[in-house]
Amino acid sequence: MSAVLQNLVNQPYKHGFVTDIESEVAPKGLSEETIHLISAKKNEPEWLLDFRLRAYQKWLTMSEPDWQNVHYPKIDFQSISYYAAPKPKEKLSSMDEVDPELIRTFEKLGVPMHERAALAGVAVDVVFDSVSVATTYKEKLAEVGIIFCSISEAVQKHPELIKQYLGTVVPVGDNFFAALNSAVFTDGSFCYIPKGVKCPMDLSTYFRINTEGSGQFERTLVIAEEGASVSYLEGCTAPQFDTNQLHAAVVELIALDNADIKYSTVQNWYAGDENGIGGIYNFVTKRGLAKGVNSRISWTQVETGSAITWKYPSCILRGDNSVGEFYSVAVTNHLQQADTGTKMIHLGKNTRSTIVSKGISAGRSNSSYRGLVRINPTADNARNFSQCDSMLVGDQSGAHTFPYIQVRNNSAKVEHEASTSKIGEDQLFYFAQRGIDAEEAVSMIVNGFCKEVFQQLPMEFAVEATKLLSFKLEGSVG
Amino acid sequence: MINQNSQTILNVKNLHANTDGTEILKGINLTVKSGEIHAIMGLNGSGKSTFAKVLAGHPDYTVTQGNVQFEQQDLLAMNSEERAQAGIFLAFQYPIEIPGVANNQFLRLAYNTVQSKRGNEELDPLEFDDFVREKMKLLEMNPDFLDRSVNEGFSGGEKKRNEILQMALLEPKLGILDETDSGLDIDALKIVAKGVNHLSNKDNAMIMITHYQRLLDHIVPDYVHVMESGRIIKTGGKELALELEKHGYDWLHSHQQNNAGVSA
Ligand SMILES: Nc1ncnc2c1ncn2[C@@H]1O[C@H](COP(=O)(O)OP(=O)(O)OP(=O)(O)O)[C@@H](O)[C@H]1O
Ligand SMILES: [Mg+2]
Repeated sequence: MSAVLQNLVNQPYKHGFVTDIESEVAPKGLSEETIHLISAKKNEPEWLLDFRLRAYQKWLTMSEPDWQNVHYPKIDFQSISYYAAPKPKEKLSSMDEVDPELIRTFEKLGVPMHERAALAGVAVDVVFDSVSVATTYKEKLAEVGIIFCSISEAVQKHPELIKQYLGTVVPVGDNFFAALNSAVFTDGSFCYIPKGVKCPMDLSTYFRINTEGSGQFERTLVIAEEGASVSYLEGCTAPQFDTNQLHAAVVELIALDNADIKYSTVQNWYAGDENGIGGIYNFVTKRGLAKGVNSRISWTQVETGSAITWKYPSCILRGDNSVGEFYSVAVTNHLQQADTGTKMIHLGKNTRSTIVSKGISAGRSNSSYRGLVRINPTADNARNFSQCDSMLVGDQSGAHTFPYIQVRNNSAKVEHEASTSKIGEDQLFYFAQRGIDAEEAVSMIVNGFCKEVFQQLPMEFAVEATKLLSFKLEGSVG
Repeated sequence: MINQNSQTILNVKNLHANTDGTEILKGINLTVKSGEIHAIMGLNGSGKSTFAKVLAGHPDYTVTQGNVQFEQQDLLAMNSEERAQAGIFLAFQYPIEIPGVANNQFLRLAYNTVQSKRGNEELDPLEFDDFVREKMKLLEMNPDFLDRSVNEGFSGGEKKRNEILQMALLEPKLGILDETDSGLDIDALKIVAKGVNHLSNKDNAMIMITHYQRLLDHIVPDYVHVMESGRIIKTGGKELALELEKHGYDWLHSHQQNNAGVSA
């Protein structure tokens, strides 16, 4: 057990009611008591407990959304355990002990050797010294004053920043899943870029997640001060398994004057088997506030995993001349369902937003794009360009587009383009006649289709994403 | 050129094929030896393209009878990409557009796939670029076509030239050109014909499907076959095409020279 935890356990419980503080896992179910327990276990300040309790009160009054185009059995929120003490992952002593199937996957995806070891849960020092990689990384960031740590650590070390910003972009009662997350989140990432600092490297959660394990209710907060800029990478292309079926994360981004935040995600949660059994439900609230003048929030996502994806990374363009971008590739295969898109809320003058969404559905899967563009009366000369393209592989999959456009200012210019295409048998035959098999053909067509989005990803990520897509669509053509 | 001692490249016997339960090919016989150029003519809808696609292994058609030997192999047992790798090339009558896929990437993947299957060296992007530009010169194609999506927005003639470019890259044993001449302007026709003649040698063979003598003025066939309702009803030398041009297909029937099934 870590020292922090040790201290915590030995502390007398402050809130006067009795809970088994020794237990590693909280009893199932959600109540005020559970929240007190989480907060106490994490040694949180009073205001954060209040934050959680407020969220919980809101959550009680809300009901699970049902407007999205996905179907799943009702979740029993009282059967979930909301707190488990972070356990060190069981380590394997060498790469030889790793499941060969997992190695095969890594090879296909081209995951670098040192990452393979870490991802497979091999004690890294045995195979490769990636601990030192992570350490060098931290030192380099500290030099320029960047804070990049877990949100629990930030609560302890930088409480003033957390208090100032947490919940300011996604309020506690924003939506059902965000309220739930606000009440019970146990960990996540925190990143702070001080005034004028251009982050010297892409910040990757990869270095965090492997040591601490990813949470079921992750909470991420990224702040870029005036003139700061950062490129943040979340997730990795390697498949991620988790025993928790429900995931409800919240990500908040705040960009002050002239600041720039680029947030890229590659999501590859376990999608369930061919029959959709056992996959992760991913209900995420991601929102960026372009608060300052000339600020920019840019989301790029490659969504390939999960049984269900419900996710709308959004931008609130409050600062004049601020810019919001959303580049998305969502791939579904087998019985996967994805309802994803974005919201661009224009408040400031001369605000601009761009939406490029590429949905690919194979197998019997279903993919929906849902996007809102709202131009408020204050947003003079706002511009939006949206392009939503869907591609069907085979004839049992579905693609849907739900654009919502609300313009309340006459000077606005909003453009929306949509297309649906299908990988046809004649295209595949053309490839075959040139010696190229169907799988490679599909991969080439799909990568061509996604080019505009992949171009937005950092180089290495883009290469991996390309391979990931081919891998995901393997076996989707006969 | 005809040489009795040449190897047989293709041997089609009594080939029947269906689509959606309708029989389209009704017993085709054809032998093609290396070094030969064959022309297939015939009315619209007589089954010329179907024959070409069946040879290339299009999944829409089911072979119900007959067999096809390609260089000592059972062609019908191979899937379409294996046939291409083995050296069958089809220049399509209607080349399909593939939006989003850059022509140079597509050409390189095709080239490298086929090369590696044949046990030859693959080319990296830079080497390939030099290589493909050389081939494009032969066909007087603008290198800008490399950066565009495969066939997307190409004019009819540009698509046909892009097909021949692919043939030049893949160096097939048997090239099947399905109406490559239609849609070409007079200059382009000459350029494409020059390209085909350049590619044609004593070790490979060509089957050209065409409606017009003007192509055969430039690429002189050793044999001319006439197809009707899924069969080859007449085979002759290059003069046959001239006769047909003069008299039309009806002339064949009035002469009662119906010798279906004759192989060259
Ligand atoms: N996939 C298909 N489904 C239904 N009918 C087909 C199909 N393919 C070919 N046919 C029919 O088979 C017949 C032969 O067609 P094919 O394209 O082979 O003719 P063709 O000789 O190449 O004609 P053209 O000179 O006009 O190119 C036509 O009647 C055509 O409609
Ligand atoms: Mg035809």
